[in-house]
Amino acid sequence: MIGSLAIRANGLTRSFGKLVAVDHIDLAIPRNVIYGFLGPNGSGKSTTIRMLCGLLMPSAGEAEVLGLRMPDEAEALKQKIGYMTQRFSLYEDLTVHENLEFVARIYCLSPARRVTRIEELLEIYQLAGRARQYAGTLSGGEKQRLALAAATLHQPELLFLDEPTSAVDPQSRRDFWETLFQLVDAGTTILVSTHYMDEAERCHRLAILEHGVIRAEGSPQYLLENMNALVVEVHVQQSRQVRAELRALPEVLSVAQLGMVLRVLVQRELADPLAVVQGVIDRAGISAQARITAPSLEDVFVTATSLPQAGSVIAEAGG
Amino acid sequence: MNKCLSRLFAIMRKEVQQLARDRLTFGMIIGIPLLQILLFGYAINTDVRHLRAAVADVAQTQLSRRLVAAVQASQVVDVLKQVDTPARLEALLDRGEIAVGIVIPRDFERRLQRTRQPDGRRAAQLLVDGSDPLVLAAARGLTSLQLHQETQHADPPAVPLFEVRNFYNPERRSAVFVVPGLIGVILTMTMAMFTAVAIVRERERGNLEMLINTPVKSMELMVGKVLPYVFIGLVQVTLILLLGMLLFHVPLNGLVRDVYLAALVFIAANLTLGLLISTLAQTQFQAMQMTIFFFLPSILLSGFMFPFEGMPRIARYIAEVLPLTHFVRLIRGIMLRGAALGSLYGELAALFVFMLVTLILAAIRFRKRLD
Repeated sequence: MIGSLAIRANGLTRSFGKLVAVDHIDLAIPRNVIYGFLGPNGSGKSTTIRMLCGLLMPSAGEAEVLGLRMPDEAEALKQKIGYMTQRFSLYEDLTVHENLEFVARIYCLSPARRVTRIEELLEIYQLAGRARQYAGTLSGGEKQRLALAAATLHQPELLFLDEPTSAVDPQSRRDFWETLFQLVDAGTTILVSTHYMDEAERCHRLAILEHGVIRAEGSPQYLLENMNALVVEVHVQQSRQVRAELRALPEVLSVAQLGMVLRVLVQRELADPLAVVQGVIDRAGISAQARITAPSLEDVFVTATSLPQAGSVIAEAGG
Repeated sequence: MNKCLSRLFAIMRKEVQQLARDRLTFGMIIGIPLLQILLFGYAINTDVRHLRAAVADVAQTQLSRRLVAAVQASQVVDVLKQVDTPARLEALLDRGEIAVGIVIPRDFERRLQRTRQPDGRRAAQLLVDGSDPLVLAAARGLTSLQLHQETQHADPPAVPLFEVRNFYNPERRSAVFVVPGLIGVILTMTMAMFTAVAIVRERERGNLEMLINTPVKSMELMVGKVLPYVFIGLVQVTLILLLGMLLFHVPLNGLVRDVYLAALVFIAANLTLGLLISTLAQTQFQAMQMTIFFFLPSILLSGFMFPFEGMPRIARYIAEVLPLTHFVRLIRGIMLRGAALGSLYGELAALFVFMLVTLILAAIRFRKRLD
């Protein structure tokens, strides 16, 4: 970890009436990484990001972003951060070039700098051929590249991405992440919220959120290694009854079917987790072999969000 | 400060680019004033003439025929039909074929001689379709008609008590009366609606979500979006003034400067109204409905179409709240009576109060939104 923290938060809380959207979140996000907020809709990802941008007043707790106290110093922060919204939020009735021109003026770039920077961005994001085209007529991937170009136009130190690839095909998603890593290499810190596992996997560090609480935190590698469950896989054809029986067991955290494969998450503390699953299969009169397999990030996510008690896997330090 | 202006300019520039591209809105900016002035100038006329009429001349004397000729000559009615009985006239009236029926009874001449006596009954009768008050008023005008009966009577013809001198609009042309007010009507319609819709659109399309994370301040955003419309408003004023003067010879007795100053204040009042609407409406459609909700009483109660003096007290109170009422008084004062803007300070003050109140309300509403 290099230098000071990009984001630091202590007991950050926000409630809307009776609903506590974000519940005492602590964050220590180093500079120069891609940090992910992984969680289902309504888990408090967007609310947290809004508080960190100074758009929402925290109900309790404090946050410091790039050394500026939020929300008091939000105005000063705005020149230093970029924000890419989930939905395309540039002007569809302006051309690609006009949109970038507008954003450049909003950030008060000098006229000379404006010209070179826009040219540069059109090049980087492969939009040079589309410069005179209305933004509304671009494809999903192109729109997303334009949005990223606009969000990074003023070369922010910190970039917020709110579910950036929800409307994009897999190839565009790969290219998009390629660009994000280039930005990090150039010194940017990126905070991305997502509910896609494959996106979360690419982050340097992750926080898994549920009901406004961080359930697990650390690098993907660390989270996989320290998961509080084991993954048992069985090939079965008639799985309905087996599934029901497995789910009824208290030591089984979750059962998911992936085609012909049943993926069972079993508590790690068990002496012989394999035997638990195998027992159910044998009793059902099915000849199949259960075996322990490597966990995926989805397993981590399911484990973290299915535990009754919060914060079981919170790591002290990242991997 | 310098930076601030750059952002303001960026917003204005973008707004103009979008506007120039939005052909429909752009067309409306020119189209609405053009259509309205042609409609109000040529089509709408409160000076009613050539009502369809029929006569039941039961008397059939020389004098009765002279009466019909005199009525015809007034141009208020066109006598299209002669019928035998008053009952026929009523039937025609019922069917809507005529607006006025003239009944000349059998004893017309005898009645005519007795009209000056205290118990005198009228010599003839007008049956009028009173469902339209303007028609009724025009028909009433016929009752002052004088029939010279030099052969019959030595009495001098009755002399009217009043002579009317028509100030400011001697030719009684509706256009002269309507066009100045039309400036206000068009500005009410376009200014409030355009600003409200332009701001709500930004929210509806998600653009605000992006802007809110940039250094743009809400004041810059509002002012930047609204300023181009001030310019558009002035273009519309010029258009109506020019058309009104060229096509309908509407006089401009006051100062051109005063007309524009009054228009500017009025435009500002409508823009703040647009701002307020934009903080209340969630969608562009709602914004439009709210503008119309405000527009209808404005056009009906402001004195633009119907005289203020004829309204009940409560309607007058409502009218006093509407900026159009004050602007109609201002602009008619300046253009028709040649009044100086300074002498109409009461109306100006009312516009400023309206502006201030809506601005404060809009600011309160806007702050609530953010959190």
